[in-house]
Amino acid sequence: MVQVSMKLEMSDTPGQLVRALKPVSDTGGNIIAVIHQREERREKKDIISVQIVVELPEGRLEELLARMRDQGVSIQRLGTQRLLHRRSLIMIGHIMHTDLTDTVDRIDKTGFAEVSELEMIMPAISEPSSARITIRATSAESMDRAVEVLREVAREKDILVIEPLGEES
Amino acid sequence: MIGFGTVGQGIASVLMRKDLGLTITAIADSRSGLMRDDGVDLAGVLERKRGGFVVGDVGISPMDVVKRGEYDLLVEVSPTNIQTAEPAATFIREAISRGKHVVSSNKGPIALHLKELRRAALSHGVQLRYEATVCGAIPIMHVLEEGLRGNSVKSLHGVLNGTSNFILTRMAEEGLTYDQALAEAREMGVAEADPTYDVKGIDAAIKLVILSNTIWETDLRLEDVVVTGIDQITPDAIRLSEDEDATIRLIAEAIPERGICRVTPRLIPRNHPLVVNGTLNAITLTTDLAGALTFVGKGAGSIETASAVIGDILHIKERYARGA
Repeated sequence: MVQVSMKLEMSDTPGQLVRALKPVSDTGGNIIAVIHQREERREKKDIISVQIVVELPEGRLEELLARMRDQGVSIQRLGTQRLLHRRSLIMIGHIMHTDLTDTVDRIDKTGFAEVSELEMIMPAISEPSSARITIRATSAESMDRAVEVLREVAREKDILVIEPLGEES
Repeated sequence: MIGFGTVGQGIASVLMRKDLGLTITAIADSRSGLMRDDGVDLAGVLERKRGGFVVGDVGISPMDVVKRGEYDLLVEVSPTNIQTAEPAATFIREAISRGKHVVSSNKGPIALHLKELRRAALSHGVQLRYEATVCGAIPIMHVLEEGLRGNSVKSLHGVLNGTSNFILTRMAEEGLTYDQALAEAREMGVAEADPTYDVKGIDAAIKLVILSNTIWETDLRLEDVVVTGIDQITPDAIRLSEDEDATIRLIAEAIPERGICRVTPRLIPRNHPLVVNGTLNAITLTTDLAGALTFVGKGAGSIETASAVIGDILHIKERYARGA
């Protein structure tokens, strides 16, 4: 699933908002939030502006936008958040000196998960560092696969990975 | 009673304090034995042991007591040997073959030979109980066989080793390093001189094997458990986990339908029921009917372990003793 937020403009006529949002369910999506702002500049008197957040199956966005335009909706802004799932893990070991860039890359290049945060504490050169790594992934299953990639990298590099309890899908 | 260490002495002192209708007719430590059909003088034996002497006659071996003693039930509380399970396994087999019930606190024979010993007990019409082998005072075996009748257990999660939980608790509370917390644990008698079994997760893995084999009647061995200890945990790692409102604990986990059986340090929310402090043990069972249940209690200690042994003895006495 992809999370999309968009700002829409449409004519301020009865039933227009319902018509504008119907394509969301038609394309297999879910509406997560609708924010209706009334404090708009009044120069466009008969136009209303609405911000929505929807969850959509991969690859259906273009179709949704086309269908919305067919309903007379003007799309003002579009933002996608592809990586809905988040999981933090702890790593202990020689994280820096075992090529941290490579560790992060191996997850990033999966295509379905990315390292979104990394906080590291390095006490002294010869001592093991500790880090909290946050991974974002497109689905719960991709998260499990991403964590498996991290486990594998950690095995190679002799890094201890501490996984959260009970977050596996 | 075979074995007169911490557990054996705990049982003796409880029996002196409370009239539970039990008589110890024979007692042995590793080097001596004493047989008195009308009951051993427990105060005298305790005094001798605490004075650094053997409990009985050096001419009588523990095996003599098991083979020739006059008793209905063998209390096997001798030291654990996790490689061979001996000599405890031999004592238990011998007692069973004589038609005697057995109550043991010994992880060795139960982790290594549960299936065989159960079969032997069944064919001789005697009971074999071992509540004290896991989670000290928590009556988890009684819960499993009585309170949760009709349930299917789906998964098990537990803090099964008090020493490592104490160390992780102190690291989190005071920001101590692993070595500092271990030194403190040793000073307080919470960790042994050689803490390897505790801090490497082996003791917890042995208990996980016993629990799994009891619940699911499997034939799991120690080698089947994925084990990572706590000796690499840094105070920094705990601090980083606290930013997520979590902490780090050594968790034993068994989920048979997903092939999971492991003892590993885990990131766990601080308000999770398994986050217990100090040497406490905790165990969560997830079942199909009752849902999730968590039990918390003391995992070790002379009197606490005696509580589990005595519970087993009385269970057998009330249900199976001849003439009961």
